[in-house]
Amino acid sequence: MIGAAPEIGRNARQPRLLARIVARPSGAVGLALVILHVGVALLAPFLVPHDFAAQNADAILLPPSTRYWFGTDMLGRDVFTRTLLGGREAMLICTIATALAVFWGGIVGILVALVGGWIDNAVMRCADALMSMPWILFVMIFVAALGTGTATLIPILSVSYGLSVVYLARSAALEFVTRDFVLAAQARGESRRTIIFRELLPNVRDSLAVQGAMQWSWMILGVSSLSYLGMGVPPPNPDWGLMVADARSIMSAAPWTAIFPMLALSSLIIGANLAVDATAKALGIDRNARGQG
Amino acid sequence: MLKLILQRFGAACFTLAFIAIVVFGAVELMPGNACTAYLGRDAKGAKLESCEKRLGLDRPAFERFGEWAGRLAQGDLGESVRRGKPITELVGWRLRNTIVLAVTALLFGIPIAIGLGVLAALRRDRPVDILLSTTAIFAMTIPEFVSATLLILVFSIGLGWAAGVVTVSYKAPVLDLLANSILPAVTLTLVLTAHILRMVRSSVIDVLESEYVLMAHLKGVPFGRIVWRHVLPNSLLPAISVIGLTMAWLLGGVVVVESVYNYPGLGRMAVDAVADRDIPLIQAIALLICGLYILSNLATDVLALMLNPRLRTYRT
Repeated sequence: MIGAAPEIGRNARQPRLLARIVARPSGAVGLALVILHVGVALLAPFLVPHDFAAQNADAILLPPSTRYWFGTDMLGRDVFTRTLLGGREAMLICTIATALAVFWGGIVGILVALVGGWIDNAVMRCADALMSMPWILFVMIFVAALGTGTATLIPILSVSYGLSVVYLARSAALEFVTRDFVLAAQARGESRRTIIFRELLPNVRDSLAVQGAMQWSWMILGVSSLSYLGMGVPPPNPDWGLMVADARSIMSAAPWTAIFPMLALSSLIIGANLAVDATAKALGIDRNARGQG
Repeated sequence: MLKLILQRFGAACFTLAFIAIVVFGAVELMPGNACTAYLGRDAKGAKLESCEKRLGLDRPAFERFGEWAGRLAQGDLGESVRRGKPITELVGWRLRNTIVLAVTALLFGIPIAIGLGVLAALRRDRPVDILLSTTAIFAMTIPEFVSATLLILVFSIGLGWAAGVVTVSYKAPVLDLLANSILPAVTLTLVLTAHILRMVRSSVIDVLESEYVLMAHLKGVPFGRIVWRHVLPNSLLPAISVIGLTMAWLLGGVVVVESVYNYPGLGRMAVDAVADRDIPLIQAIALLICGLYILSNLATDVLALMLNPRLRTYRT
């Protein structure tokens, strides 16, 4: 969603597009959820009532109360504070990685669509083969070798999630490569770079933006799953996946330690999905083709 | 027909070989190697040397890849750095357990998904459809570890109906294992059902809107007969290849679900291997899971070819 907004924003159709997205109840709800989450993520450091890392031996596993709205965890840390902060790192990682994935995936996809022939064939065969590996295993090999952290996660995620962008950009660009205006540009002797950026990119931009937004929500899901497994955001930092993992052993005594981060994470992902679906419909893009789920 | 099957088989072999190169090459391209990852801060001097010697890392990459691939072809997956044992030995039972879990999810998930998907399509935009479709979207969008944790909260902690953690040994007989793994199986079945249900629904709706169904209506064929004779065969055949594709999701989801429930399968072992930074083990597991996916995809492809005569002429 985030990756998409500014790109659409530059367009003159913006007010109408926004109106069309919000016209659907699902779009309005989805957009509201995403805006709420992004707002909280940006403002959380000024909003939180407690220090996210402060341990308090006198306040261990307290149920929700007026002092601790979402209760406390096994170290006496405030769950409300940690829930507000828990999406920031994941959202930051995913926003950067999505931008990179859409960038390289989009260029490679458009390029192979334009060049065609055996290069197109070879690239797509390799992409097909790579898609047969669940993305999580792909990430695990790299995390095992390099260790975890933002610096490893961003390149790995942008490579593995960029693959489905290649598919999308290629099929979107294929609709245009045989059109007259592309043939005319080729006849004029325009360079391949000009054709990609001037002729093809503007036409596939909407599809790419929607795909990028979708990738973003998949990536949020992916990063939080990795954090849950201990391969994502490193422990002292608050993260929803990590919080749910920490809550595993104490869930029967203190279900609130798991419930609130799960609610936050699910509402963000569901909101993003609803908003993307509504945007795709408002732009008239058929989004049945799904990549990695 | 045979030619088509051989073609698919060739593509599957290519995929597996390509994945093997990627899995091997990725580690080679990164800084460090299996020994520096495993030893961490102790990776220096004699310790590093003896570890590299043991794994043969002092030799050139091409030579090692040839040897590794050669042994893979013979079914030898190499040796774990951390556990000091042949990987084949470590992985055997867990591979069985993962297959048991995945097959259980498929056995329950596919019939439920087809039934509900057809129901939703026939009652399109009515309350039943809206309820089913919305639930399916929710089940698909929330992460597996969230749905798994929710199920534990409700059915294990809240109602006490099933164990929240799998405690049986990895060598337990299949029935014993399954009896203790109700929640992991339910979690996977639930999400799998959601994936397939949506595809069955849209496939059935496409056929319902086709001209031959309209024709059947117009010539007065009873509705039940239209559904059985015209709609189902034509809409479920394409769904077969789609089920093959959901396997990629299923096998990725297995990693997370197994970890949540402590299920003794390949996925959990992969997570442990990452925590121990045991690179040869994680490489072997990644290849095995890929192999499972490729195999199941090949099977559904061939099945679709055999059941759907149109595909045989369509794609040559």
